[in-house]
Amino acid sequence: MAQAAKFELSDSSVTVIVGSGSGGGVLANELAQKGVKVVVLEAGGRYLPEDYVNDEWESFGQLAWTDPRTTSGDWRVAKDFSGLPAWIVKAVGGTSIHWAGASLRFQDHEWKAKTNYGVVEGANLLDWPIDGAEMQPWYDKAEAKLGVTGVGGRPRLPGNSNYKVFEKGAKALGYKEVHTGNMAINSVDYDERMSCQQTGFCFQGCKWGAKWSAAYTDIPRGEATGNLEVRDHAHAARILHDDAGKVTGVEYFDKDGNLQMQKARLVCVAGNSFESPRLLLNSHSTMFPDGLANRSGQVGRNYMRHTTGSVYGVFEKPVRMWRGTTMAGIIRDEARHDPARGFVGGYELETLSLGLPFMAAFLDPGAWGREFTTALDSYENMAGMWIVGEDMPQADNRVTLSDTEDSFGLKVANVNFSDHPNDIAMRNHAYKVGQAIYREVGATRTMPTPPYPSTHNLGTNRMSEKPEDGVVNKNGQSHDVANLFISDGSQFTTGAAENPTLTIVALAIRQADHIAREMAAGNV
Amino acid sequence: MSELSKQGLTRRALLSRAVAAGALAVAGTGFIAAPDAAWAVEVTHVSEHQMATLLQMARDIYPHDRVGDRFYAIAVKSYDSAEQKAAVAEGIAALDKAAKDAGFEDYLSAGWEDERVAILRKIEETKFFQTLRGGLVTGLYNQKEVWPIFGYEGESFSKGGYIDRGFDAIDWL
Ligand SMILES: Cc1cc2nc3c(=O)[nH]c(=O)nc-3n(C[C@H](O)[C@H](O)[C@H](O)COP(=O)(O)OP(=O)(O)OC[C@H]3O[C@@H](n4cnc5c(N)ncnc54)[C@H](O)[C@@H]3O)c2cc1C
Ligand code: SF4
Repeated sequence: MAQAAKFELSDSSVTVIVGSGSGGGVLANELAQKGVKVVVLEAGGRYLPEDYVNDEWESFGQLAWTDPRTTSGDWRVAKDFSGLPAWIVKAVGGTSIHWAGASLRFQDHEWKAKTNYGVVEGANLLDWPIDGAEMQPWYDKAEAKLGVTGVGGRPRLPGNSNYKVFEKGAKALGYKEVHTGNMAINSVDYDERMSCQQTGFCFQGCKWGAKWSAAYTDIPRGEATGNLEVRDHAHAARILHDDAGKVTGVEYFDKDGNLQMQKARLVCVAGNSFESPRLLLNSHSTMFPDGLANRSGQVGRNYMRHTTGSVYGVFEKPVRMWRGTTMAGIIRDEARHDPARGFVGGYELETLSLGLPFMAAFLDPGAWGREFTTALDSYENMAGMWIVGEDMPQADNRVTLSDTEDSFGLKVANVNFSDHPNDIAMRNHAYKVGQAIYREVGATRTMPTPPYPSTHNLGTNRMSEKPEDGVVNKNGQSHDVANLFISDGSQFTTGAAENPTLTIVALAIRQADHIAREMAAGNV
Repeated sequence: MSELSKQGLTRRALLSRAVAAGALAVAGTGFIAAPDAAWAVEVTHVSEHQMATLLQMARDIYPHDRVGDRFYAIAVKSYDSAEQKAAVAEGIAALDKAAKDAGFEDYLSAGWEDERVAILRKIEETKFFQTLRGGLVTGLYNQKEVWPIFGYEGESFSKGGYIDRGFDAIDWL
């Protein structure tokens, strides 16, 4: 492997990317492959498969973002986990270390939610400035990169016991599109990574490297080009700009807590949907009094987290759902848009398993007594599934700066969220379906479990055709600042029903292509 | 009965409880122990009564009949500290007061779990209760030794995952 690059702080020819997760990590590699010089600032440390631990809380301590955040709104997370609105990673590779690997394309109608869903009171729906046809080649590239199963000739994974229960119940109810999913987990050796060993700790980082993560694919490959330097423990504090309103560099705290400034030709922000708007808001100036790139007032708004929830079923005999891939299968029939169900948009059902320690924390947060403990007593006989559906963007579901400060003295993100009635109707529908599925297979008890701290965080720097409607254009480029890009899930205009990462990756590959072309043309 | 518990069963409240529940006993000064002396918790900052109450609260908050007292004892052990002493004294005084109001001598004297749960419901909004409950979520369920009681197998990488060890072994569908 070539030596990873090292760039001077004063080198104003580099592109600086903030965050090294699914968006930033992929963008960094793609740009480096095209010969663009890149410095990645990543707040977390470096961990590789040999470092990951098959232990839920220990792994959480190793990888999770636990810097302070505050919460408000009527979502239950604000009460049960007031300081932990999201369960995401702070490490090189970002949340692509935690993720389960479900990799689904948007359905065509979902790119145009406003047009297709019509007026939904209280929802701030908008059409994406791109569509399925535009994204198709980028999805192809993203699936090939991630090694997604069930497409491109790659076989699907075998189903574990948790999946078999789910599949049997789903088919008994007449569901048709039921399978082991499109997963960024190798079913056979692929791209120098081995196949899944069914260890069952996908959320804790795959120790076999069978699941795709930027941490051990895109990042080392980008470094091997000699064009990429990843600085870990580098916490971006503020993006600077000149009098012409172009960004010039990024101030960050290095691993010793010293403030540094990396000059830049172009800056890409990919800190996930809380930290990306926070960084822009913290970068306010005389020219941008409400936050950098925020002339529209849209930075931080329209925060989406998918309509989620889980259903667990208890059976007479053991299931041992923790054995094998965490997300081992999917039912797609309810993902369609069919307002006859009482809500717009659709949802996916995917199997899920938590280990005993997380189950105790998340099954019914705050609950105690025998109703709760008898459920855990049957842990071995439980099967589990997760709901992931399209939630409605709402202007006041938003990230703002809190009065609380982090250890660097930077204002932290406050996350305000309340469910839209459409979200509640969808969740209730999914709870009914999920419980019916398990009853079909003889469940003696079913539990509609509330949403966990957010794992999918979207929409706080939304993409829009018109500058007044959003923060970035169809290339993820700021409407206000030509050499500033958003490269993570925060650019989502709407959330669609699908798990977001394949789309984040496809957008990052597409954005790299755009940036390299614009650079070559001398436009940025 | 072991030496330990013989000398320990002096306090009336605990005696009645130990007889009723057949589990925990206070042993002498400074620590509480199981009647069969299988385990013991030394207390230096809080009283034996307070530790015994904490232990019973833990059982009543997260009752698992197949999980022995020693696991609950581990989960509440950290309350025996200089920092927690005042909070524990205040919290348990309030709990025992709620028990008195309900007609019992103190919390431990309520013989049925339902009776104790009704008392806990009266104080469940307090910081003391919520801190204890919140701490138990990890303090109890994150003990590797309790996992097998629930069937949970924990770490699997070192055994090569479940690919050859029954990831799809369900046989009753
Ligand atoms: C348990 C779990 C399971 C999931 N399963 C799936 C799944 O099956 N399918 C799917 O599609 N998605 C899944 N996701 C979601 C997926 O992981 C995320 O959507 C995706 O990784 C987000 O990419 P991102 O680039 O926006 O942010 P991230 O991957 O979170 O990366 C952001 C990075 O930026 C860094 N950062 C933030 N602020 C700063 C700063 N100021 N300075 C420097 N660095 C900073 C962070 O430390 C982090 O490393 C799952 C998530 C979780 C938590
Ligand atoms: S189940 Fe498969 S993908 Fe998940 S952690 Fe284990 S080997 Fe990796």
